Amino acid sequence: MTIHQSIPGEDAKPAYNYAYLDEQTKRMIRRALLKAVAVPGYQVPFGSREMPLARGWGTGGIQITAAIIGPDDKLKVIDQGADDTTNAVSIRRFFERTADATTTEATEEATIIQTRHRIPEAPLTTGQIMVYQVPQPEPLRKLEPRELETRKMHAWAEYGLMQVKLYENIARFGEVTTTYDYPVSVNGRYVMAPSPIPKFDNPKMHMSPALQLFGAGREKRIYAVPPHTSVKSLDFDDHPFRIQSWTEPCGLCGAKDSYLDEVVLDDLGNRMFVCSDSHHCETRRDQGHRGPMLGDASTLHLVDEAKS
Amino acid sequence: MYVAVKGGEAAILATHDLVAEARRGNEAVPELAVAQIREQMGLACARVMNEGSLYDPDLAALALKQSQGDAIEAAFLMRAYRTTLPRFGSSEPVDTAKMAIRRRVSATFKDLPGGQVLGPTYDYTHRLFDFALMDEASAPAAPNGARPSAQPLDASMPRVPDILGAEGLMEPETPPEGDPRPFDLTREPVSFPADRDVRLQAMARGDEGFMLGLGYSVQRGYGHSHPFVGEVRVGEVSVEFVPEELGFAVDLGEITLTECQMVNQFAGSKDVPPQFTRGYGLCFGHSERKAMSMSLVDRALKARDFGEATEYPAQQDEFVLYHSDNVEAAGFVEHLKLPHYVDFQGELELIRRIRKEREERLARETQALPEAAE
Repeated sequence: MTIHQSIPGEDAKPAYNYAYLDEQTKRMIRRALLKAVAVPGYQVPFGSREMPLARGWGTGGIQITAAIIGPDDKLKVIDQGADDTTNAVSIRRFFERTADATTTEATEEATIIQTRHRIPEAPLTTGQIMVYQVPQPEPLRKLEPRELETRKMHAWAEYGLMQVKLYENIARFGEVTTTYDYPVSVNGRYVMAPSPIPKFDNPKMHMSPALQLFGAGREKRIYAVPPHTSVKSLDFDDHPFRIQSWTEPCGLCGAKDSYLDEVVLDDLGNRMFVCSDSHHCETRRDQGHRGPMLGDASTLHLVDEAKS
Repeated sequence: MYVAVKGGEAAILATHDLVAEARRGNEAVPELAVAQIREQMGLACARVMNEGSLYDPDLAALALKQSQGDAIEAAFLMRAYRTTLPRFGSSEPVDTAKMAIRRRVSATFKDLPGGQVLGPTYDYTHRLFDFALMDEASAPAAPNGARPSAQPLDASMPRVPDILGAEGLMEPETPPEGDPRPFDLTREPVSFPADRDVRLQAMARGDEGFMLGLGYSVQRGYGHSHPFVGEVRVGEVSVEFVPEELGFAVDLGEITLTECQMVNQFAGSKDVPPQFTRGYGLCFGHSERKAMSMSLVDRALKARDFGEATEYPAQQDEFVLYHSDNVEAAGFVEHLKLPHYVDFQGELELIRRIRKEREERLARETQALPEAAE
């Protein structure tokens, strides 16, 4: 595994505070976080700051990470499950520059994992913090565009509209057709958007020993799921929640139980499926697991077999 | 690891080099100086200052240079810098009645105290290319000689709504109780319904094109409005600040502002006699189109206060405030460029499965009813 560690460099700007945000702003965010932890699943408005990265590109998650990171932390940043996706690289560089952060790709080593669209396959442990980047914190937004109304619906736990939507899906397609950002009920009270993780990952949130924090920078909301809290995906007794499955294993590591991405190999319909969690896949290959297409992929230099 | 996601770091660094190269363009052409942009692209700088919520013509010019003239990218640079600046207090309210006028026009009165002052405007230019500007060192165009010889303007230029207000025909505008410091939407989250200080602030930094479109929609029937330009004025006002340790106001300098006051009809209600109502727009720099659009939408957003229906976008504060912020909007629209293959894979899996189940069901039905196949 690779450890990214920057040397406190000449490009580190002394004019910026540690982790970019000023201490007053960090305090404001921490207060919002405490409230969010105290009321699981409730969206706490916060004074989201303009960040030097674009709105919609993870500024909520970045502000949370900046407010909680310290010199002893090890930060992992993933996007689509992978440490190497461009925006994950960009955010990791941001914290290397501004917080002199120690970063890692190893899920088990990380104390803070900032993520977009995935929860790692390896089980999380006590003491770890997941920071989710959230584009749309309001699970009811597609049903009701007005914030004034959705806040009332949450206050009164008025979630009938959501149940009707799920029911209509089943009536029309035979199943709920939401595949990501699948709504969950937290601690039996608030309906919450789990951020656009695939519904495959929803069960990992339930009773997780890790603290889960959600930041929506553009929408100026923070919410949280404390450790060991119930997170139930909405469903019906006769149509229980189910997750995605694939007919073939990961082409590289042979995993049958991980979330797979599809890689189109040519224009003749050939494709391979590979783990979206790049660290999980590498770890399995290091342990000697071999997927059916690993040889081909190695020949085509799609994977670096020399990497340890 | 596979190619599609490998090498992100090197690729990102390469994009920085490439964009720097693209920004500079052909090196045979002399580089633009920031001062040239500031002096010769003043209206663009004004837009960047407005949407970046920071009055600094030099930084606005730098932002435009750095962003290849992309106004939204430039506003983003301004805001990302602005957010790091310490706040040492609020200025005294600026007094636009004491503005050093460069331009002042009213559409409601033929003449009025202070008179009509056309000032620098494209309004009456014919939009014909001045090909002489193609030459770099063009001699300054010979003046038409029509310029009144440094005729001093009236010292007093009362604002038109104040003139109407003296007669009681204009909706009075009184500060909220205790005249509290206005809300700062860059430091606190907005809640709805939003008060007028929040709305005006959001519109002042809102996208000019979006505000223009919304204002236009009000005029075309998506909102009930029959506005008159009570007044548009452009000029310089001084900004004063009272340092705590001094206890009296100190002049910090002057800024250029554009103010528009739109006069709208209001039929009155059970409690209020018929009167004119205001729409207000205030922007940095010379930004007439923006200030006028803003004042149209400001009046539309007052619909609720006057007991009017709020059925159109320009009358709905959530719609206007959430969607007028172009830095936020651009970020979210453009984030669609980011990888979404995890979610897309979920959709692929679903649609393949639903289609497969459908085909199987149809096949079963065809078998069950063989005669129907004919």
